[in-house]
Amino acid sequence: MDEILLQVSGLRAGIEGKEILKGIDLTVRPGEVHAIMGPNGSGKSTLSGVLAGDPRFTVTEGAAVFHGIDLLSLPPEDRSHEGLFLSFQYPVEIPGVSMVNFMRAALNAKRKYFGENPLSASDFLKLMRQKRAVVGLDNKLASRSVNEGFSGGEKKRNEIFQMAMLEPRLSILDETDSGLDIDALRIVSSGVNMLRTDRNATIVITHYQRLLDYIKPDFVHILYKGRIVHSGGPELALELEEKGYDWIKEQVDGKN
Amino acid sequence: MSAITQYIDLYKEHRAAIEGHSAAAMNALRPAALDVLLSTPLPRRGDEGYARFSLEDAFAPDYGVNINRMAFPAEASQSYRCDIPQVSTLMAAVSGDMLVRSAYMDRNMPQGLTVTTIAEAARLMPETVERHYGMIAPLGRPEVALNTLLAQEGVMIHVARGAEIAKPVQIVNLLNSAMPMMAVRRVLIVAEEGASVQVLSCDHTSNNDTDYLASQVIEIYCGAGARVAYYDLEESSERTTRVSGLFVRQEQGSELTVNGSTLMGGTTRNDYEIDLAGERCSTSLAGMVIASGKQVTDNASLINHGCPHCHSDQLFKYVIDDEAKCAFEGAIKVDYNAKFTEAYQSNRNLLASKGARMHTSPQLEIYCDEVKCSHGATTGQLDESALFYMRSRGIPEDEARTMLMQAFMMDVLDTVKMDGLRDRLRHLVERRLSGHKAVCADCDAATDPLERTEGGRP
Repeated sequence: MDEILLQVSGLRAGIEGKEILKGIDLTVRPGEVHAIMGPNGSGKSTLSGVLAGDPRFTVTEGAAVFHGIDLLSLPPEDRSHEGLFLSFQYPVEIPGVSMVNFMRAALNAKRKYFGENPLSASDFLKLMRQKRAVVGLDNKLASRSVNEGFSGGEKKRNEIFQMAMLEPRLSILDETDSGLDIDALRIVSSGVNMLRTDRNATIVITHYQRLLDYIKPDFVHILYKGRIVHSGGPELALELEEKGYDWIKEQVDGKN
Repeated sequence: MSAITQYIDLYKEHRAAIEGHSAAAMNALRPAALDVLLSTPLPRRGDEGYARFSLEDAFAPDYGVNINRMAFPAEASQSYRCDIPQVSTLMAAVSGDMLVRSAYMDRNMPQGLTVTTIAEAARLMPETVERHYGMIAPLGRPEVALNTLLAQEGVMIHVARGAEIAKPVQIVNLLNSAMPMMAVRRVLIVAEEGASVQVLSCDHTSNNDTDYLASQVIEIYCGAGARVAYYDLEESSERTTRVSGLFVRQEQGSELTVNGSTLMGGTTRNDYEIDLAGERCSTSLAGMVIASGKQVTDNASLINHGCPHCHSDQLFKYVIDDEAKCAFEGAIKVDYNAKFTEAYQSNRNLLASKGARMHTSPQLEIYCDEVKCSHGATTGQLDESALFYMRSRGIPEDEARTMLMQAFMMDVLDTVKMDGLRDRLRHLVERRLSGHKAVCADCDAATDPLERTEGGRP
């Protein structure tokens, strides 16, 4: 268990000059599931955006090393090739770009990065079919424009479908449960669980304990005011569910 | 002294030669054209309706005009390039401003279709030429007057009453002289009652280091119930100036589709004026501009709804990069008696760089109740959130930009009803947006030669 997949240390970042992350430390090893929980505005989505390379955010200090590579020096596309995947809280609609072209461009860019030839059309379509089955994504959706006119649940399924296609080493699921009814939640989380191996890892960012009933975390971290203020095992999530975030706020704010 | 003076002098000096090559109907309009040029100043940049383009500047250089009808070789291979895979066309070339017919076209000319010079058409169907030549394009516009003053043989496409021509007619316009030259192109398309025809016109230069000016006036007459599609594709050079006017008269129940694409050019002005002169006409007018470098592209449209129950749709889209400057001036006029008009206009623009500029001016003039009209214009940048989403999936930034710009053009491409042409355009757009020059020759590589149809070869 000495291998480290992601090592975040002293990470500070913000947007438009306003600091949001104020020194994040996080260690993720292969096979682990980490849950990051916290009240609104604590910096959860900023953390996922910064790790994925969202250009809106500026990193001011600290490091993130991803299986030996300086993650923060890479453009978003190379982070993806190296095995990082972000499931968006709000997947973007792209009218006029078909799911097929989108996925093929993504997959072939990754193959090119590793010096491999592009997939043949038939191999690609076969792969699409296989991976669609993981989350039960309708073929009709796969032939439409990216996320255009998809329901909330379909968008989240589409995220997990893309994750299945790209086979990342580290997946960050940003509020994947938001906007999902209980059936969709079950389908999405069973998809995530099917894709788990002892080589890859998952960071689940969530507001509620609900999703963690389906995707069992090994570690739970509480993010508040841009810092991880508390870490523990799965029982921490249950405690939060019961007591809310107030005790954390009191603890932290009281100290300052 | 106005830029136009040199061409007036040229006309006066060579009047006999010019008139000797031309039909009587063309010569009959020249004195009036001359009067217009002597009394009407050329619009300059900043004048009303001319946000980016200056006619004065366009005509200022001393271009040669092919008075003596010297034949510039129209290389067959250059026309080959314009073969559309999957679509066989009746192809003719216009070298400079001279029609070069192909043996293939002559052998395969369908019943009811005539493609020839206006000079020849004046012998074959003098009444038709007299009835329509110069009657649709407004002579009061100086650029139309100049074209009318200097045009010689011209090109005539005539479709007889009720004739439905399945094969598209393709005109390949080549600018290929070694000297700076002005091509004075004049086209008259007459679709008689109930006729149907599709015309594809594409502009090419064979020499990217020579200054060219293409002055063209296209007149289209759509008889009652006629269906006409006119597709225009400009892929010229940075040193080419194009002053183009397309003027249409639509009779009752006729259908018109026009799609003009500026994929590559220097300085371009396209005017579209469509008169809906009968009830229940329908019109689809679309334009697509991809401009980069220091390109200037101006499109101006005017649709006159003069009769009740007509429908018109306009869609103009621009992707503007580098220091390119473009404009759209679109107008819909609904006459006092044009009840139950439906007229829509949309202009959408993407600025891909800080230096890119767009001027848009959509206008609606309605003098009648009981109409449905709308117009809208937007100018913006690529959706940054979509760009990041794509990059986060591993799609490199340049490729993601290209994909988004191509997606942006999708609905303009959809107005092209000729399947093979739409696919070809989509491919050319992709190549152009990914930084390649959109040259037809290159796109052959993308199609399987085995699938290419025979025919359309001169």
